[in-house]
Amino acid sequence: MSEPLIEIKDLAFSYSTRPILKSVNMTMSRGKVIAIMGGSGSGKTTLLRLIGGEIKPTAGYVKVADQVVHKLGRNDLFRLRRKMGMLFQFGALFTDLSVFDNVAFQMREHTNLPESMIRDLVLMKLHAVGLRGAYHLMPSELSGGMARRVALARSIALDPMLIMYDEPFTGLDPISLSVIGSLIRRLTDALGMTSIVVTHDVQESLKIVDYVYFLADGVIAAQGTPGEVRESVTPFVHQFVHGEEDGPVPFHYPAEAYPKDLKLERHLA
Amino acid sequence: MPKRIITSIQAVGHRIIDGIWRLGCAARFFILVLLKSAASFLRFGLVIREVYFVGVLSLIIILVSGLFVGMVLGLQGYETLQKYGSESAVGTLVALSLVRELGPVMSALLFASRAGSAITAEIGLMKATEQLAAMGMMAVDPIARVVAPRFWAGVISMPLLAALFSVMGVFGGYLVAVVFIGVDEGAFWSSMQNAVDFRYDIVNGVIKSCFFGVAVTAIAVFEGFDAPPTAEGVSGATTRTVVTSALAILGLDFVLTSFMFRGVD
Repeated sequence: MSEPLIEIKDLAFSYSTRPILKSVNMTMSRGKVIAIMGGSGSGKTTLLRLIGGEIKPTAGYVKVADQVVHKLGRNDLFRLRRKMGMLFQFGALFTDLSVFDNVAFQMREHTNLPESMIRDLVLMKLHAVGLRGAYHLMPSELSGGMARRVALARSIALDPMLIMYDEPFTGLDPISLSVIGSLIRRLTDALGMTSIVVTHDVQESLKIVDYVYFLADGVIAAQGTPGEVRESVTPFVHQFVHGEEDGPVPFHYPAEAYPKDLKLERHLA
Repeated sequence: MPKRIITSIQAVGHRIIDGIWRLGCAARFFILVLLKSAASFLRFGLVIREVYFVGVLSLIIILVSGLFVGMVLGLQGYETLQKYGSESAVGTLVALSLVRELGPVMSALLFASRAGSAITAEIGLMKATEQLAAMGMMAVDPIARVVAPRFWAGVISMPLLAALFSVMGVFGGYLVAVVFIGVDEGAFWSSMQNAVDFRYDIVNGVIKSCFFGVAVTAIAVFEGFDAPPTAEGVSGATTRTVVTSALAILGLDFVLTSFMFRGVD
């Protein structure tokens, strides 16, 4: 196993008194694509925000490249973030900037590269996602899939060591979905970076990832390679992977007994 | 009954505490904007770009409103002054009303509705669509990169817009009083020249508009940055910007006027 880039130890996080993560332990190696799966509200996005240092844990720690993220000062955190990329659910492109300027944004903010070199680099990044010809368009002129590809090009602008994808497959048509999936895999391999994919899309992500973590009730409920996950007999994993309606995650929200709610007890008695 | 009274008192208390809490947040945010303004001045292009959006694009509404306000002043001034045979003083009335009060106040109110609301909506939507979070994840501080340039653009634009409002107002007064009604042109301009003092009237008017510029843009950027990231949240923040700015402008105007023009020499 290659050297770990991220180490998460006994991580806990609560919003006021509501615990989101209770005790999470993970290790993520360099050059791998790791999926984090779980139902809505299971804390997947919170986990990404903890890795990015947007919020601080209530217990435990996240180490990225041997640095404990929440203990870093502002400047050190920003220095670390320059080596991280994040793809937001709907791209989060800057709507007042063109596709070209979006991808060039970090280069202009963090480097003193001449404009001619920035131009070449931006076109190379856009070429990697197949949108070199769309450099002059504004974000409002892009489809959902194209916007996410531009956001992907923007997140690899400074060749990061880590990219986090927050629900990259949401709301995409099957072609765009497959394109984004294969781009994640190809870019990870080509740039030797680590990718963390937070997703609900089991079938698409199992095709491209190296390892899967399942989050439920604030802890890692299961983990394994895609093969192990497909064959898993753990009830939660089985229900999730096969999209079964009922199981450990119940179909019904907790409620009073049905006859009682319908006031049928008298008639039944 | 006593329980209901206690609940009402508690609700009032909560509202007051929330208001004070929010005021504290706004003050803290304002200081942060000032502290992070260095990038705005080192990369002045960012501010110039925003001056175009908040200042240049507000020109039409400011110029047209200024013209009409001046024309109304000319008409009303003439109507009253001619009863006392001093219609030549209409130039003085138009100019003093504009440079001391109407120029700064009216242009600030228009600026708050046109540019302040746009700033709030833009920043609020950037927050709702995760653009600010994305910027933070790219190690670029959104306050330094997005908020501070807009703030300084507003502060720079406001006095210039107020000056243009007054100029157009004086021209509107001239059009009505001299060109349409026939007040003597020499008397119109000379009475104005005699009555308007540069330090006392014009500089004070400019100082007022600077204060209004700071108040309106500070409110606009804070409301945008603080807006809940939903359609409803952004719409509420935009409304709050216009309402709070209008109240702040009128309140500040009274305070500043009471310091500047106390009626005693």
